Amino acid sequence: MTFLSLNMSVLAVIVPLMAAPICVLLRHSGLAWAWATAIAGITFVLSIGLLQHIMANGTLVYEMGGWDGPWGIVYHIDEVSALVVMIVAAIAAVVMPYAKLSIEREIPKERHYLVYCMFLLCMAGLIGMAVTGDAFNLFVFLEVSSLSSYVLISLGNDRRALTASLRYLIIGTLGATFYVIGLGMIYMMTGSLNMTDLATSLPEVQDTQTIHVAFAFVIIGFGLKLALFPLHIWLPNAYTYAPSAVTAFLAATATKVAVYAMLRLIYTVFGDVNPFETYGLRGVMIALALLGMFAGSLLAIFQTNVKRLLAYSSIAQVGYMVLGISIGNAIALEGGIIHMFNHALMKGGLFMAMGCVFYMVGSTDLKDMAGMGKRMPLTAAAFVIGGFALVGTPLTVGFISKFYLVQGALAEGWWPIAFMIMFASLLAVIYVWRVVEVMYFQKPADGDLSYNEAPIAMLIPTYVLIGAAVYFGTDATLTSEISLNAAQTLLGGSK
Amino acid sequence: MIDYAFPGLLNYWIVFLLMMIGLYIVIAHENLIKKIVGLNVFQVSVFVFYISMAKIKGGTAPILADSIEVYSNPLPHVLILTAIVVGVATTALGLALVVRIQESYDTIEDDEIRDIEERSD
Repeated sequence: MTFLSLNMSVLAVIVPLMAAPICVLLRHSGLAWAWATAIAGITFVLSIGLLQHIMANGTLVYEMGGWDGPWGIVYHIDEVSALVVMIVAAIAAVVMPYAKLSIEREIPKERHYLVYCMFLLCMAGLIGMAVTGDAFNLFVFLEVSSLSSYVLISLGNDRRALTASLRYLIIGTLGATFYVIGLGMIYMMTGSLNMTDLATSLPEVQDTQTIHVAFAFVIIGFGLKLALFPLHIWLPNAYTYAPSAVTAFLAATATKVAVYAMLRLIYTVFGDVNPFETYGLRGVMIALALLGMFAGSLLAIFQTNVKRLLAYSSIAQVGYMVLGISIGNAIALEGGIIHMFNHALMKGGLFMAMGCVFYMVGSTDLKDMAGMGKRMPLTAAAFVIGGFALVGTPLTVGFISKFYLVQGALAEGWWPIAFMIMFASLLAVIYVWRVVEVMYFQKPADGDLSYNEAPIAMLIPTYVLIGAAVYFGTDATLTSEISLNAAQTLLGGSK
Repeated sequence: MIDYAFPGLLNYWIVFLLMMIGLYIVIAHENLIKKIVGLNVFQVSVFVFYISMAKIKGGTAPILADSIEVYSNPLPHVLILTAIVVGVATTALGLALVVRIQESYDTIEDDEIRDIEERSD
């Protein structure tokens, strides 16, 4: 193995982490943007290499400084981690080229370089969460990504971005601290923080009160971060008032990485304990996931701001992922994992389409969408295709996810759940249709239907994501192979 | 049966008290500065928790010397050093946001801010 393939896992974290302060030194808006874009591109290439390496050679354990786990800190990368790293890096690499114009429009020029710095830090934190094999290290990366995302959200040009960011800060810090409390109790009982080491030592103490409490703390902690219903309160405002490019990036990556962390906790750290059975977690998680799917979709129907509508839809989509995790067989888990990837594509694309609208119109209110089918035909078309993916129509990625989820539910004989998955998708038809109807069948108040399309530099990245959402919907062999492998690796650890 | 003996578990009782006080302030107070301070108290309780669990009575620093037989576990202490840094960063960012909120809303009372936001919707 060459130097690069040996160190790819650590480089994917270090490159954006080290590059972030350089953005501050560059100062100049354009230079900082070019630098951040180049770094995002390099990280994306590294993440593809890492994913290929993992698919070919299996799990990779990278020992920091040559210290073996459980003493040293290790990076533990299997198929799921590599896939999540790839999602984060890919979305960053697509959003960065898009971000230039969008951020120039929405944020004062003297703050641009700070945006790009925070962007890279957030990306480093998210990738770090995905690769680390150390439970405390997970907390540190969680805070790196969270703190930078609070800053990014607060930069929105509406003053409500400030309160949204502060509320997210308070709830996010509570969540992270809950995780640390739980982890402290786990450490008291086992004396280790290494995830694979914990997996072997936790079953011995699984019936103690301390571990019961610890488990509740870590699950609620991450439940807050991934916006599991009813812990989602922070999400709608944060996504609505953040700058468009930031929303596109965070909506596509942040919750997914938190879902990954929960997956890691349940299937690796507590893998041999099998918390679904021993702690009765399955019923709770499935119930919350289903509630989230319905509540998120229903609330989305009544929104008047399209960004907020999409944010509520995110809560519903997180429900699908959690459902896939909690059903517990390989097919459903594959569905949950593939939905992490698929949802990143479609929600990223949809929020970028809204960013294009905001760039041209200065608003994402539903009433301002009138006549978009004529005024911004390409953007409106991107929204329609993304909407189709959200609903789960065949030939889009949404169909692939839901296909596996329904199959997973049916494999357990839980046809009511399969039915509810499809019914919740019908609710998605309603909220997507509300936007489409206004875009194509309503005239704007001033009757102005002149062609007024967003700049090509913003449309191309939008269409890259929307195009990928269609491509991986028609040919899902690659994504389903990766997520099937990932599901099997995870389940292999929990027998 | 678990022994909730008072003096022996004093540290944990303090942790428990601080944690609940902090959480209560975050939930119940409308003043944003107080919320941030409450969050801080909540975090500090976790620091005390980690530090207490690693301390052994009569234990010293873990130095490889013949005279030292009992030593405290340094790892949780180091972890908390990291967590303190995170806590400081969070507080600083939170307070900075409160300053910006004061500038644009002319108030830092959460209920008043909610009223302003509802009116503007």
